[in-house]
Amino acid sequence: MTALADFYAKHSRLIDQIGVNAILALSLSVSLQAGQLALAQAAFAGIAAYVSAILAMNAHWPLLASIIAAMLVSTVVAALLAFPVRRLRGVFLAIATIGFGEIVRVFANNLKITGGAEGLSGIPNDATTPVIYGALALVAIALFFLSRTKFALAVALVREDEYAARGVGIDVGAIRTLSLALGGAIAGLAGALYAHASFFITPSDFGFPRMEQILVWCVVGGVTSPLGAVLGAALLSILPEAIRFLADYREISNGIILLAVILFAPGGLASLWRRGVVRVRS
Amino acid sequence: MLTLENVGVRYGGVDALRAVSITVETGHVLGLIGPNGAGKTTLVNATTGLAPLASGSIALDGKRIDGLPPHRIARAGIARTYQNIRLFSALDVRANLAAGAFARPGRLTPEELTTLLQRAGIPHVDPAAKAGSLPYGDQRRLEIGRALAAAPAVVMLDEPAAGMNPAETTRLVETIRAIATAGIAVLLIEHDMTLVRAACDSVVVLNFGEIIARGTPSEVARDPVVVEAYLGTDAGALA
Repeated sequence: MTALADFYAKHSRLIDQIGVNAILALSLSVSLQAGQLALAQAAFAGIAAYVSAILAMNAHWPLLASIIAAMLVSTVVAALLAFPVRRLRGVFLAIATIGFGEIVRVFANNLKITGGAEGLSGIPNDATTPVIYGALALVAIALFFLSRTKFALAVALVREDEYAARGVGIDVGAIRTLSLALGGAIAGLAGALYAHASFFITPSDFGFPRMEQILVWCVVGGVTSPLGAVLGAALLSILPEAIRFLADYREISNGIILLAVILFAPGGLASLWRRGVVRVRS
Repeated sequence: MLTLENVGVRYGGVDALRAVSITVETGHVLGLIGPNGAGKTTLVNATTGLAPLASGSIALDGKRIDGLPPHRIARAGIARTYQNIRLFSALDVRANLAAGAFARPGRLTPEELTTLLQRAGIPHVDPAAKAGSLPYGDQRRLEIGRALAAAPAVVMLDEPAAGMNPAETTRLVETIRAIATAGIAVLLIEHDMTLVRAACDSVVVLNFGEIIARGTPSEVARDPVVVEAYLGTDAGALA
């Protein structure tokens, strides 16, 4: 027991980060499953992080209330963002949503209430490991039940062929908006937890490099697999820590793994697992 | 019953359809024929909400449907297949049929699945097989099954026999007749006159976006205007 306690004491920060990152990866996985390369998850998380931090610090809201309020805001923002980008697909959607992320970052950098470039410090440190992993479990359970509904079928059909999806009676615009809003809600949860697990937050925590990280987790895990997204996030959060001896070069691990996955397992880690299952069965 | 009245569709400055009026009756198969570029697929696209009308109106059982978005028209009871197959090819057969049934309340039951495969003429197909991995003819038939899954009032088949061999085409006639017998209005776009003669109750001929003839399949086949549209005015000189 003491060994475990020691391990936790030493790595608790990393363990918490893995949980938050897994939720972030799930948030992107939701919109990727609908075939939407919408890269605003870091911005949604940032908005929620600031909302929950400000509510907790200035208005002394309790943890749960500030998280729920933050998620509401990020969900509404995501749903509103769906409107101007409704005609964009693929790389154009990606660029527009990255642009939105930059707008959010610039606002956070300049507004008084967000503390400008220095960010906010002194956020109550009350998102403990059980809180973070409880939230991750809730998201996973919710997504599991959602995957068995007609909504999940509609999402898959929109991803496969929007044109034919319309032909079977699916309101493609509504499905896109809903999946973006759902991604916004989950990213908001991750952002609020991040704020309450770190003593301080700054605008650069939620900029483009973070968004790119989330995308890499999903690609490495497998873009249409929620489990893959979680695995990718966990693996790539641990790896830079495990190879600390490489000092400043350790961040190349992300790039190397991304390249290896794209070259040798384009479907991501989840596809390796699926291939393995098929092989064992046959 | 599907009614198109004076329907016009313009693409840029070109009249793709001009003053087209047709009625597709429940239990009947109406054939729509004409040379390439005559406006056959445009008519289907106009009906399903993919091409906006420049004039005229479209009604399903007396209720106007023109101007509605495509998904609302599908939900109103109009199902279709595509000239170039548009299955959800990465998904399995079951998911494709469930997709067809999407607008209906509830879920596709295993019994319904079996019935649909039978009605589409592909009872041998494994529901767990990827749609894109099926042989070409089976893919065409799966598209028909997907259209039937919606329990539609009208089915529009856009060249369902394209790429099929004569034996497959003959079997397709039974499938199409059975759809009409089940109380569905069928619009059949087709080039293959053997199929049109065998499957259709009546035929409408389009050329350059206008109706140039209508009648029973044999009447239309004898019509000199139709022969000219298909073979050109110089056909006699060449022969």
